[in-house]
Amino acid sequence: MTTASTLTRTTIPLGDAPVGFRGRITALDMTRAPAAGLPAPELERRLLELGFVEGASVELLHQGLFGGDPIAVRVAATTIALRRREAMAVVVSEQDPQP
Amino acid sequence: MNVAVDLAPVVALVGNPNCGKTALFNALTGSRQKVANYPGVTVEKKTGRVVTPAGRTLDIVDLPGTYSLRARSPDEEITRDAVLGKLATERAPDLIVCVADASNLRLALRLALELKHVGRPVLMSLNMMDIAKKRGIDIDLEALSRELGIPVVASVAVRRGGIDRLMQALDERIGQLPAAGAADWRAPDAAALRDAQREADRVLRVTIRNAGRLDPGTAKADKLLLHPVGGLIILLAILFVMFQAVFAWAKPVMDLISDGFTWLGVLAASLPLPEIVRSFLKDGLISGVGSVIVFLPQIVILFLFILLLEDLGYMARAAFLMDRIMGGAGLHGRAFIPLLSSFACAIPGIMATRVIDDRRDRLTTILVAPLMTCSARIPVYTLIISAFIPDRQVWGFVGLQGLVMFGLYAAGIAGALGVSFVAKRFFWRTSAGEPFMLELPDYKIPQVRSLAIGVGNRALAFLKRAGTTILSMMILIWALASFPPPPEGATDPAINYSLAAKIGHAIEPATKPLGFNWQINVALIPGMAAREVAVGALGTIYAVGSGEDSEEKIGKALAGQWSLATALALLAWYVFAPQCASTLAVIRRETGGWRWMAVTFFYMLALAYAAAFATFQIARAAGAG
Repeated sequence: MTTASTLTRTTIPLGDAPVGFRGRITALDMTRAPAAGLPAPELERRLLELGFVEGASVELLHQGLFGGDPIAVRVAATTIALRRREAMAVVVSEQDPQP
Repeated sequence: MNVAVDLAPVVALVGNPNCGKTALFNALTGSRQKVANYPGVTVEKKTGRVVTPAGRTLDIVDLPGTYSLRARSPDEEITRDAVLGKLATERAPDLIVCVADASNLRLALRLALELKHVGRPVLMSLNMMDIAKKRGIDIDLEALSRELGIPVVASVAVRRGGIDRLMQALDERIGQLPAAGAADWRAPDAAALRDAQREADRVLRVTIRNAGRLDPGTAKADKLLLHPVGGLIILLAILFVMFQAVFAWAKPVMDLISDGFTWLGVLAASLPLPEIVRSFLKDGLISGVGSVIVFLPQIVILFLFILLLEDLGYMARAAFLMDRIMGGAGLHGRAFIPLLSSFACAIPGIMATRVIDDRRDRLTTILVAPLMTCSARIPVYTLIISAFIPDRQVWGFVGLQGLVMFGLYAAGIAGALGVSFVAKRFFWRTSAGEPFMLELPDYKIPQVRSLAIGVGNRALAFLKRAGTTILSMMILIWALASFPPPPEGATDPAINYSLAAKIGHAIEPATKPLGFNWQINVALIPGMAAREVAVGALGTIYAVGSGEDSEEKIGKALAGQWSLATALALLAWYVFAPQCASTLAVIRRETGGWRWMAVTFFYMLALAYAAAFATFQIARAAGAG
């Protein structure tokens, strides 16, 4: 498990991550996404339903032309498209590129 | 009454979006399926009958794709209520088949765990096993079944014989179904969802190897297709081809259909029948039916493209690329294709809004689709522009006539963006900013059979549903223009004695500020059948007569009768006016009620009135009166 090593790393919101970012979800924190288009409990449930769960691996695959928005994120075994303002609620820690 | 058939067990298909549920449904039911709407909502209800190898008849219901039974929209409430057996008009399912994409199981496993709480027997059908195997995803079916506590069968919906095992499992289970148990399903909160996903992840770990493997083909294709700049260029190229196809490829077939109905009309007119019956056959019934069927080629071509892109997995990418651009106006990324199609004709465009999942996003798109300049406006625009706008250059190189034409298109687009902006900001403020969150499925090769069934369903739905409403409106419009018949020895055209003429005179005070005389008012009534019909109607009213160069003659007659201000006001009117009974009928069918049809009609009428009023008054003040 990489959990122990990733705990010491700094965390950032997925909404601020650059293309190519690889990491693991450490927390879902709705207070970090105040601009999201949904009330906090609803946003959290939607993120969970699309597989954003603590511990899941994430990789930022693509982004749009304008403002780098929206983003396409590989979450474990699924690719999800979402806007950065909602992705702010997903806290991730960086992970060394796989050998 | 055949009790045995009527009480066939109900099998509900539930699954994530893009899990191949529709392909499985098509494989099970073939062409023996019915597509309708659930009463009062925009949700499609797909049912079909299947006879199992053992000779049992089953009713299969294909429910909208969902990630959870927790309903997030009125559309998803249908899935939830149908699964829970809470819909008053539907029978509760005797068996739930949880359809899952074997190459993308993570989210499906959580849904399966949730479905176990419904209190009805659940069976999991692992679809697309061939793709999973090819990618090296190794699934231990027995272990999966044991861990989930429900039977799991493998299937390949798109291959002949690929659903044999599912059929067999249905046969085995359906005979000895336990009665529905107690349902302890409750809408899960965040903690419950988190726990369920952790449990699903645990099951995934112990039963599947390489579950998270990314499809290399999809990864490669997305590098190009989702490239911030290249992706947009490719999308525009695809849309250009699609628009061309709907616009140009459909034309010869549409002309053929239109000529065929004209020929039929001439034939009907030569029958030895009373004048009024012949007129009903020719101008009411035949031209009414013709005006419906003529749209069919466009609808078939458009849906062929849409379903092809959807089945390929590209539609979600198009939404991804367009999201930011459309979002500025309060529209969903997926609204792009329906709105683009509306440049050809609003009818297929409105039908194409089905690709938008969220109900409010879809309604906004339906509301503004008729503002896109459809091809039926072009004859009217051309007639008036060539009669009133001088054919000269401005700024040295731009033709003034072309510039006016461009201005009319731009006005329509600006109007649509403005209306959607207003609707989103003020009308539906409570749910403004519905987030853009969707799965980008792996690319898949579309199946010809599934495409054919899908396009066939759309074509049938259009003919059956819209046909009845459109036809009755056409007959009403014909009656208005034909009754009462002209008196003996009448010298004016027959329409000048009709109810339509009376209405034209009656509303003259209301249209006077727009610069419209009663002749224009009268022409607008048959123009409700189809916008371009107004051109012919103007010819009839001004008694120009028809023939090779009739349009040129109509133009000359109009130039002598109207002021420039009137002509410009009529153009402004045509940009916004709800001048198409067929579009209104399709809105009624697609939204499942009169309400949104009425909203569309009145807001467009108000916009058209305001635009024509402003145009006429400003033009007159500027000396064009």
